[in-house]
Amino acid sequence: MSELSDLYQEVILDHNRRPRNFRPIDNASRTQEGYNPLCGDRLTLYVKLDGRSIVDVSFQGSGCAISKASASLMTEALKGKTVEQARELFDRFHDMVTSSTDVAAPDLGKLSVLSGVREYPTRVKCASLAWHTLKAAVADGTDGPVSTE
Amino acid sequence: MRADFPILREIVHGKPLVYLDSANTSQKPESVIRAMDDYYRHANANIHRATHLLSERATKLYEGTRANVARFINAPDAKSIVLTTGTTDGINLVAASYGRMVLKPGDEVLLSWLEHHSNIVPWQILCEQTGARLRVVPINDLGEIDIQAYEHLLSDRTRIVAISHVSNALGTINPARHIVAKAHECGAVVLLDGAQAVPHLVVDVQALDCDFYVFSSHKMFGPTGAGVLYGRKSLLEAMPPYRGGGDMIASVTFEKTAYNQVPYKFEAGTPNIAGVVGMGAAIDYFGSFDRAAAQAHEDDVLAYATERVRAIPGTRIIGEAADKTGVLSFVLDHAHPHDVGTILDREGIAVRTGQHCAQPIMDRYGIAATVRASLAIYNTREDIDALITSLARVREVFG
Repeated sequence: MSELSDLYQEVILDHNRRPRNFRPIDNASRTQEGYNPLCGDRLTLYVKLDGRSIVDVSFQGSGCAISKASASLMTEALKGKTVEQARELFDRFHDMVTSSTDVAAPDLGKLSVLSGVREYPTRVKCASLAWHTLKAAVADGTDGPVSTE
Repeated sequence: MRADFPILREIVHGKPLVYLDSANTSQKPESVIRAMDDYYRHANANIHRATHLLSERATKLYEGTRANVARFINAPDAKSIVLTTGTTDGINLVAASYGRMVLKPGDEVLLSWLEHHSNIVPWQILCEQTGARLRVVPINDLGEIDIQAYEHLLSDRTRIVAISHVSNALGTINPARHIVAKAHECGAVVLLDGAQAVPHLVVDVQALDCDFYVFSSHKMFGPTGAGVLYGRKSLLEAMPPYRGGGDMIASVTFEKTAYNQVPYKFEAGTPNIAGVVGMGAAIDYFGSFDRAAAQAHEDDVLAYATERVRAIPGTRIIGEAADKTGVLSFVLDHAHPHDVGTILDREGIAVRTGQHCAQPIMDRYGIAATVRASLAIYNTREDIDALITSLARVREVFG
């Protein structure tokens, strides 16, 4: 059995207390709502693109520590990436949080602090909400809010 | 009493289970588990259909439960009891059958802000289909229905009033008898959602004078997938069938089908017979203890829990009605309910966190979710002590 401290690592608690890039972007290229109706978590993701490049990304909303920290860490990881790299990171993050606990979690650098949610199946959706919202935000020709349900 | 519930001896995450989620679903006593096991070992057959001994046994158990349910809620006649798959099924039945029969454009259906999604959405669907209008009775800050507003909203356009007897999210006991009497003065019929009431209160549908009363087996120590719709017999008789199929017919030709009598005309297809048998055993279980003493015990545990949780700095209790039962909903200023739920779970404590299928109430209080500790007869002050100790653990993590 994993320890609670594997889930609530100091980095996560810190990003929960002081989420980074927690602000709107006035002239965002993409604005996307994400919602988890099961727990009521909701966030708005703002992405500013220059061509295919993510020059700024931020979020606002309310949610549990895991969803907030995940969104905060995500915005830090995305700056300077291309849309294609962001999509690839989505896949890798998704694999990390849904991978079997029998194998070592793939190394995603700073984002690896969220690998602890693998031990908590009910919390995987909390960690993925921001990422699903991102996927919708950078998809071509989508609109409407995304939901993790 | 705890000894009657085998699952309460379970160890979760290395800790003894403290089950505080009975409003979600209750645990089952040994007698219910045994009744269902016995049914499959000694009586399993289809009901109302065959001439052999097992079918006779199954039919007797199934119809015996119907009579048992009628006694349990003091219905005038076992034939006014429709066996359903649960509360949601019962509400959908009334909305689709009675609702579509009577509602015309401009008519109104009256609900309250306290309703569970299952007592909102079927009526919304019905209103969309019929052109009727959904009206919602507000609640006050304590989580009580605003009775003046209710009486004000009632009019000769009101056809149906659908209100919970006890709120699932806040535990408020609504003044059901008064609600029914006022609705009847306007000629409206009343459906009471009793899902959260039957496990705690002695329910008497004749004293309440309601037209429909619905509840689920699984919240009252019975199995999932079984439930009850009590209906005033004259209404049930006038209502068209809800679903077509076997057992709900008297005769079928391709030209014309004659429906079976009430309540069978609402029970198409092979029902959840074992579930109904288990529900019957759950009702018998209620007969094995003193209801008034059990209610007093639950009230004591709830009052103790309220006092202990209120004493934690940064806690806000959601729902402080003068008359409530079984539920303590709260939020902490230092931790989100979902995180609280995970930490409590690791301490062996099962609570529900989230919106409790009652999003409008969360919106009413301007919150996204609550932690809900909900009680049943098997809970004790020791369970609450364990909860309080673990809430201190939440403070350590999020402090």
